[in-house]
Amino acid sequence: MTALVDTIRLTAEDAIGLVERGEISAAELHGAYLEAIGERDGELHAFLRTVAEPEGTSIPIALKDVISTKGVETTAGSRILAGYTPVFDATVAARCKAAGLSLLGKTNTDEFAMGSSTENSAYGPSRNPWDPTRVPGGSGGGTASAVSAGLAPWGLGSDTGGSIKQPSALCGNVGLRPTYGTVSRFGVVAFASSLDQVGPVAKTVRDTALLYRIISGRDAADSTTVELPSPVELPENDRLDGVRIGVPRQAVALEAIEAGVRAEFERSLELASELGADVGECDLPLSFDYGLPCYYLIAPAEASSNLARYDGVRYGPRSDGATYREMVERTRDDGFGPEPKRRIMLGTYALSAGYYDAYYGQAQKVRTLIGREHAAAFERFDVLATPTSPTVAFPIGEKAADPLAMYACDLLTIPSCLAGLPGLNVPCGLSQGLPVGLQLIGPQFAENALFRVGYALEQALGLDLVPERLR
Amino acid sequence: MAISRDQVLHVAKLARLDLRDEEVERLTEELGAILDAVSKVAELDLADVPPTSHPLDLVNAWADDEPNASLPLDDVFANAPAREGDLFRVPPTA
Repeated sequence: MTALVDTIRLTAEDAIGLVERGEISAAELHGAYLEAIGERDGELHAFLRTVAEPEGTSIPIALKDVISTKGVETTAGSRILAGYTPVFDATVAARCKAAGLSLLGKTNTDEFAMGSSTENSAYGPSRNPWDPTRVPGGSGGGTASAVSAGLAPWGLGSDTGGSIKQPSALCGNVGLRPTYGTVSRFGVVAFASSLDQVGPVAKTVRDTALLYRIISGRDAADSTTVELPSPVELPENDRLDGVRIGVPRQAVALEAIEAGVRAEFERSLELASELGADVGECDLPLSFDYGLPCYYLIAPAEASSNLARYDGVRYGPRSDGATYREMVERTRDDGFGPEPKRRIMLGTYALSAGYYDAYYGQAQKVRTLIGREHAAAFERFDVLATPTSPTVAFPIGEKAADPLAMYACDLLTIPSCLAGLPGLNVPCGLSQGLPVGLQLIGPQFAENALFRVGYALEQALGLDLVPERLR
Repeated sequence: MAISRDQVLHVAKLARLDLRDEEVERLTEELGAILDAVSKVAELDLADVPPTSHPLDLVNAWADDEPNASLPLDDVFANAPAREGDLFRVPPTA
């Protein structure tokens, strides 16, 4: 059977138009995506499982496998949740359903969203549609790979230190990590609670804004959420007159940034100037020097606490043990993979008696300074810009044996996450035939400003973001 | 700053992880390297800086004190490895 529509270039907005005008039914569209998945996902492994029939009246959506979906297995990429079938929907899943969206499937992730390549998934890595010998980034590499390869019109990821922005950069998608507190985490598998945020991944800035509109806002079930101070606007202005864009000197000075990434980043800044923006320099010295070590104390500390719940009592597989304690310790050693174990151990150590002040306490103070530095920069600028990832997609296996090399992938995305700020990845060019991403950072609740800048650049760049081998 | 094998075993006990011997060996090495890298935060004198535990200035998010329906018990136990009546069954605690 030939699909009724070619999904490879279809934006969510256009897909919604097709369904609303009756040119294709929700079931036919769902089928077209399943057919694309059948053709291409054997190679890419973006999905851990798919849903055969659409429930909604509108278009489909892919959800990262950390988001609870009633009646559909949710594993967080871990063996310790193998077979776990939620009995309720996460609030974000419920909001998607209420908007008429149908669950298309659950996408692959590094185990418990810990990683930058999806190589830490207990179910095997996903692959980059631009070059399947390379990683799609992580942890949300499944969603990014799916959207890039036309296997889903859009999807949701979760971002703790870069898990939406970095894979979006490596696969050539738009991805938003929203302001902390604007999207409910109820029903989302917790990693580091003072950092975790759910956000949209899509082919265009407008699709990203549309999906953010659907999922954002206060949720009585998550006491860390707030109402948006102003409604989400779909961008339509292709000029940037009067917009002040700051470029942190210490970020662009990082040696880790590849020449090809630097060139595309600089070209997008020139373009922003041509569109009327005022581009200038700013300073965030502590953020890029101390952000990474600060994050790798706070995130593992919180993870060690959140992952204490996996004890083989209420859900998940259970290993044998003669006593309760032996059962719990064996279940956890058998169920967690190497990366969650590393972080549980690191976090437990950093929180243990005698070390708490020197590690976790000190990191929380560094976090205050990182927030202050960003606040000072936003007195002069509306938006800050850096590359999203220091490199393009790297070969599978290149960093898998070196935890510190993997951690450094998020060098540029982490500081703003610590400050609770929104960040948008916008594709800004190709280097070695692979996508390069621009990271736009705003003050808290400034998503509309990010969408505006991202949209104008997207229109001016006019990139073809279908992977060359799939055109 | 290195971490000793005994410290790794102690932390594993706190974290309820029954690590295999080869894991203890690998983690002793890896955690030593990671701790060296993250110890960089100790360079800064932050005596006068308040800690940030939460990036939004939220104070006391109250919920109305209204009773809500709980999950049906069959849902609660749907994913349990072992159930006995309306209890989770576990091995003896001692």
